[in-house]
Amino acid sequence: MNGFFDIPSDLQHSWLGLVGLHLREALLPVLAGLVVSLPLAQLCVRFRWLYPPVLWVTTVLYAIPSLAFFVLLIDYTGQTELTVMIPLTVYSLVVLVPAIVDGVRSVPQETLAAATAMGFGPVRRYLQVQLPIAVPAIIAGLRVATVSSISLVSVGTLIGNQGALGNLLNDANIYNRPELAVNAVLSMAALAILADGLLVGLRLLLTPWMPRRTRTKPKAGRPDPAVLALEDAAR
Amino acid sequence: MAVDRLSLDIPDRSITVLVGPSGCGKTTTLRMINRMVEPSEGTILLDGQDIQQQPVNTLRRSMGYVIQNAGLFQHRTIVDNIATVPRMLGWGKDKARARARELMERVGLDGALAKRYPYQLSGGQQQRVGVARALAADPPVLLMDEPFSAVDPVVRKGLQDELLRIQAELGKTIVFVTHDIDEAVKLGTMVAVMRTGGHLAQFAPPAELLSDPADAFVEDFLGADRGIRRLSFFPATGLELLTGPIVAVDATAEQVAARDTAGAPYLLVTDQEGRPLGWSEPGELTAGNIRQAELLPYGRPFVAGTDSLRSALDCAVLSPTGWAVAVDAEGRTAGVVSQQTIGEAIRGAHAERRASDRAAERPQAGKDSRVAR
Ligand SMILES: Nc1ncnc2c1ncn2[C@@H]1O[C@H](COP(=O)(O)OP(=O)(O)OP(=O)(O)O)[C@@H](O)[C@H]1O
Ligand SMILES: [Mg+2]
Repeated sequence: MNGFFDIPSDLQHSWLGLVGLHLREALLPVLAGLVVSLPLAQLCVRFRWLYPPVLWVTTVLYAIPSLAFFVLLIDYTGQTELTVMIPLTVYSLVVLVPAIVDGVRSVPQETLAAATAMGFGPVRRYLQVQLPIAVPAIIAGLRVATVSSISLVSVGTLIGNQGALGNLLNDANIYNRPELAVNAVLSMAALAILADGLLVGLRLLLTPWMPRRTRTKPKAGRPDPAVLALEDAAR
Repeated sequence: MAVDRLSLDIPDRSITVLVGPSGCGKTTTLRMINRMVEPSEGTILLDGQDIQQQPVNTLRRSMGYVIQNAGLFQHRTIVDNIATVPRMLGWGKDKARARARELMERVGLDGALAKRYPYQLSGGQQQRVGVARALAADPPVLLMDEPFSAVDPVVRKGLQDELLRIQAELGKTIVFVTHDIDEAVKLGTMVAVMRTGGHLAQFAPPAELLSDPADAFVEDFLGADRGIRRLSFFPATGLELLTGPIVAVDATAEQVAARDTAGAPYLLVTDQEGRPLGWSEPGELTAGNIRQAELLPYGRPFVAGTDSLRSALDCAVLSPTGWAVAVDAEGRTAGVVSQQTIGEAIRGAHAERRASDRAAERPQAGKDSRVAR
């Protein structure tokens, strides 16, 4: 009854159930973040003056500890997954908005001029030229957001065991079963690496037009998402 | 103000070149034609109609625009790049792609490149794709902004020849921007020289530009060798070619001795088919034993029927003997001509041109579109 994958009954899930829950709580916020970021970033590209204040707001929001969000939200959304996912959505903006803005802005001037000269309207130009060319930058942003979201879900433990795999850390403490903590950390790391790998695959699929040989690291200096995950786990 | 009170009559079905120093407003003028820049005053008429009256994207789709550095869509394959405008005009995918492949052939691109992406192409190939893309929907008007500036001189010459060939086949109205006066003179039916501020310095056919620059600015812009360049407009067909000083490599001693060299100090030796091999002094030749390695090089021959006096003179200057070799289209020797004879032909041609200029008034170009501001 004390095996590595034996989950204490108070969590009401098998290990696989926790994994599913964890993925949902981590990925839905990233998706929501993307949905919010796309129009927000487009506004920032369209109206240049908007970008610095938007960047500032997302950074400030990122600096608010998740606990403070929970205190604020718990009156409205209660001890639910939603209370965990809303802050995670907000956190993802700090990565996604600049990624999309930089990506869209990186489209060469002459490509845009060519599109305009061929009679592309602004909407068509955005959807058929700017967005596809921004895909590598957007996916780079998604990788960081996804991996950090996977580790951040753990804080949900604080509000009535909504931390999915993160709850195991708490249980390891309560039941004095350190292997549960090891399980939690390894499982989350595995999920992060898997999700990251899938996103890399997605990018390869979506960007056959990129030179293959020079694609080692899109941006030097950007920390490895997996490393970020371990850092964020401390939040 | 980038372009000020510019008034141009751009002739139909011909190449009009806008040329001028950097920043003089060439790109701005071109962009006004497809309304990427709106003039603050004045009108632009296309076939007598104000372009302001048309919906802007309809207007743009009816004009091909070739942008500097091609400006290809890096995320689309070559066929899809070329098929862009037809697709926007509502053509089916297969029809648009078939059209794209046809155009690739027309601009001299290998069909195997169709499924490649722009990063896999050389600069020259990308320029060709840019031209094909602009031609895709068969627009009557083609706007080209320094389309060949990013490629090396050899590729550029190839692209220029290609453009002239396409123009001859399709009869488009082309407005071509360049800062290279040689390119302007080579391609233009009419050349507009612009000076900073978008003022028109001169608008004339290239030959007239070279012979009568309107002012010191134009003269300066044409460069020091405009006299030589102007010779490109005089055909070499009138040159009197000598066939006397030519012997075949297998000629007998009597044949060599019987040559009437017509005062030429050298004999041109050809192979059995008549292709030039090299020059030799008559005394050095031993019939039946002509050593080709000892012949003097003959430089670069000119084609008698099609080349200009400029090529002929160039050949004579390049030849160590001072004599130019004329060949026919197949490369067989048509005759030889001395620098002196070419010089006389040049003087004659100039005199004739002056006389005909005085006699007939300059032919008026057809009026089609008008740029004014
Ligand atoms: N978008 C713009 N807004 C304001 N001024 C501009 C703009 N684009 C160009 N200009 C100015 O207009 C003038 C003409 O520019 P234009 O691009 O037409 O020059 P050009 O003749 O094409 O030069 P080049 O040979 O360098 O391409 C320049 O002085 C330039 O600074
Ligand atoms: Mg320009």
